[in-house]
Amino acid sequence: MAGSDEHEAAFNAIVDGDGRIEPRDAMPEAYRKTLIRQMAQHAHSEIIGMQPEGNWISRAPSLRRKAILLAKVQDEAGHGLYLYAAAETLGVSRDHLLDLLHTRRQKYSSIFNYPTLTWADVGAIGWLVDGAAITNQVPLTRCSYGPYARAMVRICKEESFHQRQGFEALLALTRGSAAQKAMAQDALDRWWYPSLAMFGPPDAASTHTDQSLRWGIKRFGNDELRQRFVDMTAPQADVLGLAIPDPNLRWNPERGHYDFTEPDYDELFRVIKGDGPCNRQRMEHRVAAHTEGAWVREAAAAYAAKQAKRAEQAGAAA
Amino acid sequence: MNEPLVDYSLRLGDDSLVLAQRLGEWVARAPELEEDVALANIALDLLGQARTLLTYAGQVEGAGRDEDALAYWRDDRDFRNVLLAELPNGDFAVTMARQLMVSAYQYELYDRLRASADETLAAIAGKAVKEVHYHRDHATQWVLRLGDGTDESRRRMVAGLEAVWPYTDELFDTDDVTDLLSTDAVAVDPASLRDPWRAYVGGVLAEAGLEPPDDVPARRGGRHGLHTEQLGYLLAEMQHLHRSHPGASW
Repeated sequence: MAGSDEHEAAFNAIVDGDGRIEPRDAMPEAYRKTLIRQMAQHAHSEIIGMQPEGNWISRAPSLRRKAILLAKVQDEAGHGLYLYAAAETLGVSRDHLLDLLHTRRQKYSSIFNYPTLTWADVGAIGWLVDGAAITNQVPLTRCSYGPYARAMVRICKEESFHQRQGFEALLALTRGSAAQKAMAQDALDRWWYPSLAMFGPPDAASTHTDQSLRWGIKRFGNDELRQRFVDMTAPQADVLGLAIPDPNLRWNPERGHYDFTEPDYDELFRVIKGDGPCNRQRMEHRVAAHTEGAWVREAAAAYAAKQAKRAEQAGAAA
Repeated sequence: MNEPLVDYSLRLGDDSLVLAQRLGEWVARAPELEEDVALANIALDLLGQARTLLTYAGQVEGAGRDEDALAYWRDDRDFRNVLLAELPNGDFAVTMARQLMVSAYQYELYDRLRASADETLAAIAGKAVKEVHYHRDHATQWVLRLGDGTDESRRRMVAGLEAVWPYTDELFDTDDVTDLLSTDAVAVDPASLRDPWRAYVGGVLAEAGLEPPDDVPARRGGRHGLHTEQLGYLLAEMQHLHRSHPGASW
């Protein structure tokens, strides 16, 4: 088993030296599996995440906002495609990963199990949910697995654009009528804690954190990233003139951070287990799109096979 | 005010706006992720065209109506899109049949409208023609794949063509507005687009092993605000939030 020890030593040397693991490099099976799980679930989140925002495309209140939203949801499908492609470098197929999603054997971000009840929710998702995603993902641009890190560079650029657009959409509401401002506050009230929960359980209760930190897949713990998000977001809420729904939120000069109330992690675990407001609806929608589209994919495959055969026959005849 | 020019710009703008609204309904429910991207992309192009055309109609009209006033505060009797654009999505074959018919028409139209004596329309057409060329190619590829794919996809493609075919004749209707503007070389005479459109669509259908449906009684009325029963629902959904907050900025 000397070979395997050598492989492990080479892998550790790369990770410890802050280098990048590439698809052809040897890697521990557990590392490969952890990455597949994390990247696939990241891709699934992009795909399921199209639904809550897509819910408002037909009703966007101005043509400009409709165009921005269409572009954003289109980007999310594109991000899903990058991430599935990056995961495929680890020797799994997109079809297999989608099957794991559809049969509920893999998960997606808890946040997309909440409903978009008003137009302001679209702005709140851009500002808070994309803001939380960026906080999580910017460190992943230095992730030890090269294809994932590179996908994150591209995705973060687009996400930060969307995050500014979400903030700007909310700003338009808070500078608008009393009804618009109330709509914005209501959205913040409903999306604040679910956004904090996006960082996952506290480090002490997180199953994967330690190993992922050691392997350079994660760079920071859940709690540190959550704190970073609160520190970034609280002053932005002030600019909007909105109140974050947390009576304990205040600047702590000794820590140099905002103190805040933790989200309800029991709720997080219930949502992750499938018992959030929209879990069933999101999955049924996704599975229905896939099932109802099967005949289209089969047609494309049959046509491609016929074309290949025709090309072959034309080549043989020539 | 140049009333025919307002009407003409609204017609083209409404075609794109209403079709963009329909394509937006596909997002997050397409047969594969690549199609979620493609259909959103096409919807976005069409929405962009609609915005410039409606903005221009409002400017020529000179009554202070911007793109949103025109999109959100007109009722269905004032919309000027062809009926084809408002047809429900149906299955993917219906959507692709509708898309091939519209994009093939828009391609011939914008290709010629680039030479319009009206500089703004010429500029809008110059940008739009590149986009609809891509849309036409996308729809063409799918009509080929579905028509020449499996038995099931062929059956659905035939049904899709039959569903949209009666609505294609309206694309080529002329009236006082188009007569007047095409005499001035501002508009393209819709009747002049029929032959090149038929040649393109006929070529695609032949390659897919499909026949153009038998001639059937043509459906028309959209250019004069006489729509199908579907448009009212489309507008109710599209306009509801905007109309609930009159005068608000978004």
